[in-house]
Amino acid sequence: MSEFIDILLTAGFWAATIRIVSPLIFGTLGELICERAGVLNLGIEGIMTVGAMSGWMWVYQGGDLWTGVLFAACVGAIFGLLHAVFTVHLCLSQHVTGIGITLFASSLSYFVYRMLLPDATTPPKIVPFKPIAVPWLSDLPIIGEALFTQSALTYLALAAVPMVWYVLFRTPVGLAVRMSGENPVAVEAQGINVLAVRTGAVMVGSAFMAVGGAFITMSWFDAFYFGMINGRGWICVALVIFASWQPGKALLGALLFAGLEAIQVRAQQSAGAFIPYQFFLALPYVMSILAMIVMARKTRYPQALLVPFRRGERV
Amino acid sequence: MVIEPRETVSVWRAGLAPVWAILASLVVCAMLISWAGASIPNAYYLLFKGAFGSAFALNETLTRSIPLIFTGLAVSVAFRAKFYNIGAEGQLYAGALAATFFGTGLITLPPALMVPFLVLTGALAGGALLIIPVLLKTHLKVDEVVTTLLLNFVVLLVVSYLIEGPWKDPASLGWPQAASIIDEGVLPTLLAKGRLHFGLIIALFMAVIIWLMMRFTVQGYEIRAVGHNAKAAEFSGINVNRTVIMTAMISGGLAGIAGVSETAGLKGYLTLDLSPGFGYTGIAVAMLAQLNPLAVVPAAIFLSAVYVGADAMSRAVNIPTYIADVLVGVSILAVLCSVMLSQYRIRWRT
Repeated sequence: MSEFIDILLTAGFWAATIRIVSPLIFGTLGELICERAGVLNLGIEGIMTVGAMSGWMWVYQGGDLWTGVLFAACVGAIFGLLHAVFTVHLCLSQHVTGIGITLFASSLSYFVYRMLLPDATTPPKIVPFKPIAVPWLSDLPIIGEALFTQSALTYLALAAVPMVWYVLFRTPVGLAVRMSGENPVAVEAQGINVLAVRTGAVMVGSAFMAVGGAFITMSWFDAFYFGMINGRGWICVALVIFASWQPGKALLGALLFAGLEAIQVRAQQSAGAFIPYQFFLALPYVMSILAMIVMARKTRYPQALLVPFRRGERV
Repeated sequence: MVIEPRETVSVWRAGLAPVWAILASLVVCAMLISWAGASIPNAYYLLFKGAFGSAFALNETLTRSIPLIFTGLAVSVAFRAKFYNIGAEGQLYAGALAATFFGTGLITLPPALMVPFLVLTGALAGGALLIIPVLLKTHLKVDEVVTTLLLNFVVLLVVSYLIEGPWKDPASLGWPQAASIIDEGVLPTLLAKGRLHFGLIIALFMAVIIWLMMRFTVQGYEIRAVGHNAKAAEFSGINVNRTVIMTAMISGGLAGIAGVSETAGLKGYLTLDLSPGFGYTGIAVAMLAQLNPLAVVPAAIFLSAVYVGADAMSRAVNIPTYIADVLVGVSILAVLCSVMLSQYRIRWRT
């Protein structure tokens, strides 16, 4: 137990937690935006994969890091558009479409990667985002290293939480998005095009997911591996429920999971002798299921989540 | 754009929907093939030849279709009740775990009893894995897609732990694999040559059984009614929760048998690469079959042919084998579209 507390007190643990949390924040915010508009996006796992591949590939082919992030976001938005055409405009099953998008996007990523790098046995590397130390603040004990010596993408992830909250809850656009997920008929009565709002929300949300994937290959690691996303997308879907569709709570949930992942890497080293490492690897998945159970009774789903909207149809 | 139901849907239009979907998927993959610099007709010819061109190829294609028939059936039963079981992959491994636990020497029965016994334990294990997700859905309204998906990862880690630790075969020269299934439990091969095994007979038998059940029994009717309109089913006196739980047990059981069939029929022992995503491909199988249990068989053979053929094609013309996975993903999306277009029409007016 004292070892456990020792882990919690090291600056390295907190720095790792904040680093690991970034893809979860992007993914969870992306899913949250989609679901707030009434569309479940199970394409998340594939969209994160395609974001990870395309952002990395952009830089590997000689592009600049920030345009790489932008490129990943655009690719994500295109897959989001595909999801929106199927679920919002053609009113097809959101579950099945999402799974189809995930299988399509991840297999396409692997295909393109192999196509462009047919002979790569060891994954080639890029020069990833470097940590930026904020002057003065980074000298603070523990939180200095954890909060103020991170890469630019991590700062972006942390800044995205209040930004998404502000847009969703304090602007007319956000109101339209949230109402499209609660009462689309009322939105249409206001003269706002529900289909357009939902399409936009799914595209923006998918761009967030893709940037989350890109973080993993462009800031956390420096190469693209097969199976790299490894269920992180599904954990984000669970986190949205855990967060009751609130950006602030999503940040808390994501921090909890990132802390868990950071602990397990360290606990494997100290407790690895008598607890199998698979136990630690399984923890995030089990915790996600538990989180959904705990929150299931308390949360209030967006009322029109999973309900397609057909213009001019009586409800 | 207005989507309106067609007044009548001819049998032709409905029956051809998956064919259009397959054509659309082939077109998408053709774009990737031409990007890879290969000739499209030649690539598809090689794919076809690789899957059906010789007795050996045909044998491989049928062998590979066996787990896909099981997982395809599992998904089609579940989706019929709108229970979105995406966990067939995990349930397959649960079945394989059960077969390994009971089939590697714990119990010895004559072959005529041992094989059915292993199939039964595998089915029970597959169903057991769905107990948590289905109860969460019926009692707490937790989305089953996420819970079943997450359990896939958990089960794989359990398998990894067992075959690297307590179940590791000492005779495996360091490879993480479990002990072999004892001879009494091994599914016999069907032909003198090749790997085709008795699992195919079980799979075809299950397809017929599930078709009969869905079509002619009260349970099958209840599953369809719940999937069609759960509220109406509830009002007409069907216990919706009980029906969904029953559906989940059947679905998980079928996927569990896939694990038994792969372990005791094909590989002989449990490894971590027992299934290269048969559970996920099963979704495409079920969708192409339009959730019809009998149509699952040709759909599974088709997708198995794509995988077996893609291996041969990629060796010959240097196209990444992931082309097969792309086709599986696209086919799910394409069949959703084509089935909708067979039932609805789109009018372009404002």
